[in-house]
This record gives sequence, structure tokens and C-alpha cells, in this order.
Amino acid sequence: MALKIVKGSIDRMFDKNLQDLVRGIRNHKEDEAKYISTCIDEIKQELKQDNIAVKANAVCKLTYLQMLGYDVSWAAFNIVEVMSSSKFTYKRIGYLAASQCFHEGTDVIMLTTNQIRKDLSSPNQYDTGVALTGLSCFVTPDLARDLANDIMTLMSHTKPYIRKKAVLIMYKVFLKYPESLRPAFPRLKEKLEDPDPGVQSAAVNVICELARRNPKNYLSLAPLFFKLMTSSTNNWVLIKIIKLFGALTPLEPRLGKKLIEPLTNLIHSTSAMSLLYECVNTVIAVLISLSSGMPNHSASIQLCVQKLRILIEDSDQNLKYLGLLAMSKILKTHPKSVQSHKDLILQCLDDKDESIRLRALDLLYGMVSKKNLMEIVKKLMLHVDKAEGTTYRDELLTKIIDICSQSNYQYITNFEWYISILVELTRLEGTRHGHLIASQMLDVAIRVKAIRAFAVAQMATLLDNAHLLTGNTQRNGICEVLYAAAWICGEFAEHLEDPMLTLEAMLRPKVATLPGHIQAVYVQNAAKLFATVLQKHEGETDSQAAQETSQLLIDRLPLFVQSANLEVQERASCILQLVKYIQKLQQKNVEVAEEVTALFAGELNPVAPKAQKKVPIPEGLDLDAWINEPPSESESEDEKPKAVFAKEEPKHSRSRHTEVDEKELARRREARKQEQANNPFYIKASPSSQKVYDAPGVEHIPVVQIDLSVPLKVPGMPMSDQYVKLEEERRQKEKADKKKKEKKKKREKRGKGRKGDSGPESEEDITPAHHVDIVTEEMPENALPSDDDDKDPNDPHKALDIDLDKPLADSEKLPVRTHRPEVLKSPAEDRDDNTIPQETKKKSSKDKKEKKKDKEKDRKRSKEDKKKKKKHKDVEEELPESLPEEVVQSEETKEVVTVSSSAAAATVDSSSAAAAESEPEELKDTEPDDTKSSKHKKKKQKKEKEEKEKKKKKRHHHHHHHHSDAGAEDSVQNGTVEDEEPLPPMSNYSLLAENSYIKMVCDIQGNHQDESKVVVSVIFENKSDSFLKSMEFNVLDSLNSKLQRPDGAGPHDGLTVPFQLPPGVSNEARFVFSVQSIVMPQKLKGTLTFIVKTDESSTHEKLDFKLHFTCTSYLITTPCYSDAYAKLLESGDLKGSSLRLEGVNMPFHHLLARICFHHHFSVVERIDSCASMYSRSIQGHHVCLLVKSSDQTVSIDAKCDEPSLLGNVLDEIKQTFSKC
Amino acid sequence: MIKAILIFNNHGKPRLSKFYEHYTEDTEQQIIRETFHLVSKRDENVCNFLEGGLLIGGSDNKLIYRHYATLYFVFCVDSSESELGILDLIQVFVETLDKCFENVCELDLIFHMDKVHNILAEMVMGGMVLETNMSEIITQAEAQSKMEKSEAGIAGAPARAVSAVKNMNLPEMPKNINIGDISIKVPNLPSFK
Repeated sequence: MALKIVKGSIDRMFDKNLQDLVRGIRNHKEDEAKYISTCIDEIKQELKQDNIAVKANAVCKLTYLQMLGYDVSWAAFNIVEVMSSSKFTYKRIGYLAASQCFHEGTDVIMLTTNQIRKDLSSPNQYDTGVALTGLSCFVTPDLARDLANDIMTLMSHTKPYIRKKAVLIMYKVFLKYPESLRPAFPRLKEKLEDPDPGVQSAAVNVICELARRNPKNYLSLAPLFFKLMTSSTNNWVLIKIIKLFGALTPLEPRLGKKLIEPLTNLIHSTSAMSLLYECVNTVIAVLISLSSGMPNHSASIQLCVQKLRILIEDSDQNLKYLGLLAMSKILKTHPKSVQSHKDLILQCLDDKDESIRLRALDLLYGMVSKKNLMEIVKKLMLHVDKAEGTTYRDELLTKIIDICSQSNYQYITNFEWYISILVELTRLEGTRHGHLIASQMLDVAIRVKAIRAFAVAQMATLLDNAHLLTGNTQRNGICEVLYAAAWICGEFAEHLEDPMLTLEAMLRPKVATLPGHIQAVYVQNAAKLFATVLQKHEGETDSQAAQETSQLLIDRLPLFVQSANLEVQERASCILQLVKYIQKLQQKNVEVAEEVTALFAGELNPVAPKAQKKVPIPEGLDLDAWINEPPSESESEDEKPKAVFAKEEPKHSRSRHTEVDEKELARRREARKQEQANNPFYIKASPSSQKVYDAPGVEHIPVVQIDLSVPLKVPGMPMSDQYVKLEEERRQKEKADKKKKEKKKKREKRGKGRKGDSGPESEEDITPAHHVDIVTEEMPENALPSDDDDKDPNDPHKALDIDLDKPLADSEKLPVRTHRPEVLKSPAEDRDDNTIPQETKKKSSKDKKEKKKDKEKDRKRSKEDKKKKKKHKDVEEELPESLPEEVVQSEETKEVVTVSSSAAAATVDSSSAAAAESEPEELKDTEPDDTKSSKHKKKKQKKEKEEKEKKKKKRHHHHHHHHSDAGAEDSVQNGTVEDEEPLPPMSNYSLLAENSYIKMVCDIQGNHQDESKVVVSVIFENKSDSFLKSMEFNVLDSLNSKLQRPDGAGPHDGLTVPFQLPPGVSNEARFVFSVQSIVMPQKLKGTLTFIVKTDESSTHEKLDFKLHFTCTSYLITTPCYSDAYAKLLESGDLKGSSLRLEGVNMPFHHLLARICFHHHFSVVERIDSCASMYSRSIQGHHVCLLVKSSDQTVSIDAKCDEPSLLGNVLDEIKQTFSKC
Repeated sequence: MIKAILIFNNHGKPRLSKFYEHYTEDTEQQIIRETFHLVSKRDENVCNFLEGGLLIGGSDNKLIYRHYATLYFVFCVDSSESELGILDLIQVFVETLDKCFENVCELDLIFHMDKVHNILAEMVMGGMVLETNMSEIITQAEAQSKMEKSEAGIAGAPARAVSAVKNMNLPEMPKNINIGDISIKVPNLPSFK
């Protein structure tokens, strides 16, 4: 045997470690995949071994393979095992692997809660650190909820290393569990002034992240940050704070004014470019926010622009990039100051660095004016020609179109030029943006009436030269342009010089190679052209030409009739028949032109993109009502085959299906309504909507009037350059004219100061070359303006939009580790209030349900493994055993599923309950009323537990692991009706002492890990209007009980309470006492001293109190199986005693709940009005109770191995009930 | 927030990948490939920022990278991070590696990915910057490796010996592979205090 062990450890030496694996992979370059798969097999073998070192080694290798892209989630359980190793080396390997591959969907993650909690409270700071680091990567809503309180405690850890990690991870906790934000915020704020710069930086980091998403909630912190900004020397912190101010200033302009000066100082003084740059950025933000209120900040703007120019001119490409980036922010509000640097920006367009070119392009977008548009676009067109790589070229193309079309073609003075630019762009090879050009063509042709003749001529040329565009199959993107061209030519055919020619071009056989939707447009518009040709010829009484046209169509259309595309085929055959009929009429010399034209009469107007969405629902129209009652799915499957062969009993099936579905339908309708209400894309009925159905006529279309002169005509293929020249000439001439005519007028106007300064030529001086009507897009009447279309309901940060200044309510306290984790107030419910979408939660719970079976398998296996080893591990105990039952119940309603499954997760820590009480000594202070609220939870859970118990009795007796039932109990609570009334609220906190300044309540709990320690949680509440500080808590030690003081403190020194209390605030501190004998209750005298600080003075105050250590406080709620319980009673080691209570007027389950709650017992078994209960003292005494109740009399038979302890406990129980 | 930290070599082989949001292994590999593709085609003397065309996140995200000898260090960050700050952070990271490995080269990263992860964990936690002070990072990292050594104790000695022997026997040793040191030029940006 011993030999075997030795051999094993030697073998292990030759196991492949990470380095060997890497080396191996490098040596098997040709057959890497094969080599790795053999390695994975080896790893699987290693994971099966008992030796944790071997396992850790295997997990370490898996982490490497994960990086190479191999899925290692199958080893998740082994990772958990390695995580729970007691050795730091292995623990770290486990946590690293977990952080790399665990995520919210990982089911074993729920097994880690306890392990993580243990590590968090480990005396070794690196254990805690590693756990925090790991947790930051895989924290789930459940973990966040269960561990929030532990992490919050760590925020006040003595070691800054832990503090900074705990502070930082809180951000992740907030994201996953938004309810924790408010309780944790005061402490987080406190950490902004932590003496350790690392902790301070972490707190700044977290608050900056929070404030970035919901800045308005953090405005109150501005003074604090202002102080930090002026005092901190850490550039990293400064940058963060300055960035934060950038987010805050838009909300509070006064803040901006204050900021300008210190920021300008920093800009002048700092040598760190990163800091300088962020300062400039924030100054810009400030100036933007001020721009409306105060016009005269030109000096600061100038400073910024100057600094940015220096950055842009720098040889360092990074600074150049950032300079351009910041410049684009100034541009939005102060375009003038940027426009003067146009030269510099155009220069950047030539930069070899694509990032910089793209930034420069962005800037150009905002810099164009009527004056320089043509020039800038000309420059861009040059770049388009030079550009290599289609991505950048496509980017240029879209930018050109964006620049030209921005704000309703505001800067275009000459649309002929624009059309020719668009036509030139069609010559780009391989662009993806054909449809973009096409839609621009259509838009301009439709909305700018004056340009139609010109556009039609250009489009006709395009159609004629279509082979240039379609010659190469790779140019497919660009042939979209033909779609626009064909439509424009057809729709505005009256402007065509030679419609016959265009018609011929549109019916060429080559057209059949175009995509279907384009062919369809061709066919349709060919018909329009045909109508135009007919009309033209009819006037001339030249029947020959008209008939030739008909013949042309009849000859060519059959090609399209054969098209595989349905749309093309349908249109072609319709039109073919029509033309054939027309031909017949023509042969009889009937005039048809008018009728044919009538087919295409009327004008098409542009419609706003969101118009459809904004049509109000007319009154009386219920979109949710069924038109036909749908048959249920299952039914249709059953009934259909029947109907095919036999039609007997049709009545039966119909009546059945309406009957059956009535309820179901109502439910579904409700569900659908709910869904629609949550769906942002669904039009909601507005109560004010009226019936407005007469379509608005053309005359109602709003038209933007732009002044004009005569359009230019340039024959032949357009060259945009020509237009540039012509435009320049025109402007020169106009200018000259104006100068002559209006010199005097202008002078007067300028004298009045209408325009402060203007360049040599101000924008207003340029008149457009056209008189253009830009038709605005149609909107339905009654359209409701809605701008909330683009908010993402799934943004996790929305849930963090929480008012932080409101005082904390009791219901908001963080769940503390308790025997019964919180289940009543299910997180799902909570979250609904916080706008986290319900669906996702439900979905996840469904997933969980699906996974349960697998989990169970896992667990069973793991259990077996562990039993072999006979090692006691927490992980194992956590496994909820009540799963099958739970699933059964959860099928009742969806609601229940949600609650019970989340509760199941919470159960994970229930069995480790005892661990709950253990608090490391140094972490004495926790959030004020956590424990209080948790007590409420506790008691509620207990109640449920009893109900559950009862239920179980009714079924079978096979199940007594009541701890893990906690989850299922909840579903009982929600899903099924119980006849027992709810419990009144209970609290274990008893008043310790009180005066006009302060109130102290306390709760005493045993510490199960240390048999001689008791933890006293004291809540201090400031009742006065003054600030309480320097609180010192001192107790006169007795021989038996002593207050634990830090090393080096004298036996009579007081303990400093680790917080101060602003008016009205309460907070909780924990003090540890060591006790020797626990069989007797005891009282200790103590004093609290504190300083009351008001504005004028501060006084020293003191408050005496008596701490009462009852025997109950030495008991710890410990679960016990009924078989173990039976054995215990049989063993005969216990001595009995009994108690009778008369006149107890409360339901039995209340009675039990009180015993459980106040005296730390747990119910082992309950049959009707009889229950067995169990508890254990911190020193391991067993206390067993048998409680029977009949007619207001309760008899308690008790057994314990320590009679005096038992006697005292019974006395205390008696006291509890005598009080009520 | 930092969304991801990637280290890969000139051929796109990943040396370290740390994602602070969950992706499947396939997506992760795709992101690494895409990032490599974007970064590797850029000249040496262009700016260190890249935007767009990424699987990670939306338009808010940026790639900030540095190229040292054979390795690319890429940080994917959102707009809450200062661009120049992150560049400095990469510098701090590399200098820290250099100190911890004593003249770090690609091979160190290849064979000690776990160690690199541990050092990184002292700098960045859950996507947020934890520490920028190099000496603090090194102190903590070294304290932990010391702990590791003390845990291995005497029992670890034979394992170490074996590993040394293994290294000796191997034909393929660092010296055979011509990989230059990661040359660190401290840029003109002053680091954090």
C-alpha cells in the first residue's frame, strides 16, 4: 500500500505539465489536432484520479487548450474541485480556469457559492484576492445576490489589497444585482477618501463607470470629486475624474463654470499628454454645455482648438488621431472655429493611416458649407479614384453621399452637379453601395422637381450604357443603380427627349441577366414609356410609329414572360396581354393613348421612413381580436387526418374546440397583450386617436421653398468638374451684380451688427443655381412624435438608474448569509421593478429547469466520488435533493418556475448555514440592518418550511432533508393555497440602550467555527440632528466572557466603532466575545462613548448598557436528519427535562416558527400538532425538543447532554411565550 | 471598461486571451483572428488605435494596441477608457512582464501563460483597471509565487528537478528559436505615478 503511494507520487513527476504540453504541441506542428486530442484523453484520465495535484495540473493544461479554442466546459466540475483545494497553488489554478470558461450558463457555478464565501473570508489575503479576481469574471445574478454582503464587508478590510479588489468587484455585483447598489453606495462613497491610493482609484473607477451610464444620480458627488481633482496626483485617477466631469457637466452647467479654471490650469501645467488630452476633452464638453447660456467663452475654445491643432500637427500618429477625434466634438457646437483649420484636415485625408483618414472624413461632414461643398467633394472624388481597398473606398462613397444629403440637401446649391456626382460614382468598381446611390437618385429626382428633366436625361444615358455597369458580374452591387434609372425614366417619361430610344434600351435581351427585382422595374416602366410614346404619336396622327412600338413590346416581352422570377413573369404577361389588346384597337384605328396613360396617372410622393409606424389606430379597431378563432395546435393535428377520410361528427369536434379553448384563449390574449405592451416595435393604441381616414391630397404636402434662377443645361455625359467651374463663374457674376446693386444696403445691415464677422464671402451670399422645391416627406396626420424609438430595453445599465440620495428602506437591505436564504422576496420579482426584462429571467429559469436533470446526474456522480474519499466537502452538501419534487410543482405556472428555480440556487448555501455565523474578527462592521431584514426572511422561510413539511406528510415520508427543501417551499408559497395564516413580523434584535442621541439594538449569535466565540451585532442609530463620531464600545469583562480586542490593546480598552454616523443614519458593527462556559446565561456591563458634533460645538457623551448573553445565543441552528435524530435519542446519553406552557393562543406553526427563530432550533419532523426539533450549542451540546400542542396547552419534552444548559434554554423559551 | 485583452504573435498565434465578457470558444477564436487581421496589416508608424469591424461590442469600442518585436498586445476598450491611458497601461504591463521574467521574450509567454495571467490579474480585474503602479504589481505577484513555492516545499523539489531534466533533454530550447527580446522603448508619454 505504502509502496503504491510512493510509486504514485513518482509517477506524478513524470506527468505532463503545462510546459510539456506546450512543447508537445510545438513539436507536432503537422498533426496538432491529433496530438491535442490524445492530450485531452490523458487529461480526462488525470481528472479521474483522486490526487488534487494531478487534477490541478490537468486543469492548468485545459486552461491553455481553452485559449487555443477548445471547449473545456465538460471539465467544469473538476475546475470547481480544484478551486476548493486548500492549497493556494491549486486554488489559483482552479480560479483561473473558472474565470476563463465559466459564464452565466455554467450550471456548476451554483455549487461554488459556498466555496467562494469561504475563500472570501480566508485569513490569507491572497486566497481572498484570487477568489475576488475569479468572481469578477464569472459573477452571476445569483452569486451576486448571495455574496453581495460578504463583498461589502471586505470593502472595509484591513488590508488595502483586499479593499481595492472588493471595491472594484462591486461594480460587477451592481450590474448583476442592482438592488445592492443603494445599500452599498454609502460605503463605496466612503472609499473615495480611503487613505490607500489604490483603493481610492478603484472607488473612482467604479463610480465613474456607474455615473457614465446614469450621470444625474451622481451629481451630488461633484464637490467630492472636485476636491479629489485638485488634490490627487495620480494621473490615472485624474483622468477618470476628468472624464466623469465630462459626463456630468451637460446636466449641471454651473459645475462647468467652476471647472474651466482648474482644467485650464492643468492644461497649461501637466506634462502628461494623456491628462492634457482628457482635460481638453472635458473643457470641450463644458463649453458645449455652456454654449447656449454664455456666448463668450471664445478664449477657452481658442485654447482648445489651438492645443488640438498642435496635437494634429504632431508627428506622433496617436496624438494626431486623438486631436481629430476631439476636434469633431467641438465641431458640433462651434463649427466656425474648426472650419478655419480646414487645410489641416484636408491634409489628414492624405495620411497613410486609415484610422486618421476616417477621422478626418468625419470632420469634413460637419465642415461643409454651401460655399465649400463642391470643393470638398471634388477632393473626395480624387481620393475615391486613388483609394486602394474597397472598404476605405466604400467609406468614402458613403461619406460623400452623407455630406451632400445632410439636413435635407441643405448645402447643395446645384443639383445638376449632384446628379452628375452620383452618376460618376456609378463607375466605381465593386462597391457594395449601389443601393445607396440608387436611393439618392430616386430621392433627388422625386423631391427636387426642377431637376427631373436633367435627371431623366442622365438616367436615359445610364440605361443606354447599362452594359458598362453590368459587364462584370462582380459589379453586381452597382447594377442597383439601374433600378433607379429605369424607374426615373418611366415615371418622369414626359421629360424624355426620345422615349422610343430608352424603351428600346430597356427591352434589350441583356436585361434578362439582371437581378429579378430590377427586371420587374424594367418591365413595369417599359409599359409607362409605352404609354408616353403612344400619346406622343397619336397627336401626330402617325399610326405607323405607334403600331411599331406595340410590335416592339410584343416581340420583346415574351423573354420576360419566361423569367424564373415570379414578379417579372407576372408583370410581363399582364403587360404583354395589354399591349396585344391595344394593338388590336390600334388596327381598328381607335384612339387608346389616353386610356393607357390613365393607367399610370397620379403622382408618387416620398413617405417618411417612420410614417407607417406612426399611423394612429382608428377607434373601434381592436388589433388583438381574433378574426377567426384559431384551432388549438394539438387539435388540428388530431383532427386533420380524420377529416380527409371521414366527415362524420363535424359538430362534435367544433364545439369541443371552442369549449376547451375559451380559457386558454383568454390567457393567451392576456399574454400577448403583455408582450405587445413590452414590445417597443408595436404600435400602441392611443386613447385620443380619431378617425381620420381621408388621405391627404397632394396640395397638403408641405413644400420647402428655395429661391432660384434658371437651371443650367449641359449636354452629354456629365462631368461634375464642369459644374464646379460653371458654378464658380455664376457666383462671381452674382457677386459682382450684388456688389453693384446692394452695396449700400449691405453696409447698413452690417452696421447694425447682424453678423459679427464674416469671411470674405458669407454663406447667405450664395444663391442656389436652381429654384428647387424640396418636397418634404409625408407623415400621416395625427402622427405622434415619438423619439424614444432607439432606447435599448436590454441595457443592463438601465437597471442601475437608481436614486442614491433617498434613505434606505428596510426592504432594501442586502441579504446576509443566513440559515434560510431569502426566498420569499424572489429576485425575479424585485427585478421587474427595476425594469430588467422579465422574459430573460423566465427564460433563464426555464433553462435551469432543463438543465436540472443533467445537474442531478453530475451531482450524484460527484457525491459518489466524494463518498469514496470520505472527504467532507461543502460543495457536496449543497446539492438540493428535492429537485424532482420541485420540478413537479414548478409545472403549475410559469411564475412558480421562476421563483422556485431561483430559490433553488439560493438553497445552495442553506446547508452550510452554520458557516454563516462565522465572521472573521477583523470584519466587524457590516451594513446596518441587513441582519434585521434577514431575520424576517428567516422566519418566513421557516413558515414555508413547515407548510412544506405538512405537505410532505400528506404525501410520503420519504424526504426529510428539509434544508434543501427551501427552494421548493417557495413554490408552495406562491403556487398552492395554504390554509395557515401568515406570521407576524419577528426580530431577534433587542433594545440594548437608548438616549436622546443614539439607540442601540443588538443580536447575539454563536460562532459555529469557534466553540468559544459569540458574535454580537449592534445596530447604532443616530437619533439626533448632529454628527456622531469617535464612538468607542467597551465592556467590562467577566471571568467567563471577554470582549475580543485587537492585539496590543489593554484588557480595559474600548473598541473603536469603525464608522461615523451622520444624522438619521444607522449602521451595524459586530463585536466578538470569547466565552468559556455556556451553560449559564450571563450579563455584562458596558459603555458606549461618543462625540456629538454640531456646527458650533462638540460634546462628549456616554451611554451605559447591559449585554445579556442568554443560553439561546449559544445555540446554532443546525439541520438534523430524522434518522440521526432518532439515533441520538436512543443513545441514552441525554438527560431529559420538560416544560408545560398554558394558554398559548397561537397556531402551531407560529409556535414552531418562534422557537426556530428566537431560539435557533430547526424542525426535524412535524406530524400534525406534534414536532421534533433540534439545535446544537457552539460547544457541541445536542438539544432535542418534542413539542406537542393541544387546546392552548403546549408541552415540551426536552433532552440534552448538559442539564443546566437545557434548564436555562427551557426557561428562556418559557419567557418568550409568556411575553406574548 | 476593458472588454478583452489579447496577446498574439506576428503570425496570429494566441499567446494570451482574456475576455471580460462571455463568448463561445469559436467566437473567441474568430475575434482573435479578426483582430490579428486588422492589426497586422497596419504599418509600424501609424497610430495605435483602431475602430470598427469588430465582433466585440458596438461602435463604442476601440482597439488599442502596441507591437513589441514579435508580439502584439491588444486591448479592446470602450469609450470610458482614456486612449493614451491604456497605451501607458500596456507599457506598464510589458515592463512588469519584463521585470518578472527577467528580459521577457515570446517564449516566456508561450510556456508560462498561467504566470502571465496571474500578473495581469494584479493589473486588471473584471475589465477594470486595478493597479497602475508597477512596483505594487510586482510585489503582489512575487509574494504569491513565494507562497506557491513554500507550499510546494520539499515535495516540490523532485518535481522541479525532473522538469529541469526534461528541459535539458529537449532538442528544442529557447536558444534554438531566434526570438529577440521584446525591446522596450519607453515612449514619450510619462507613466503613471
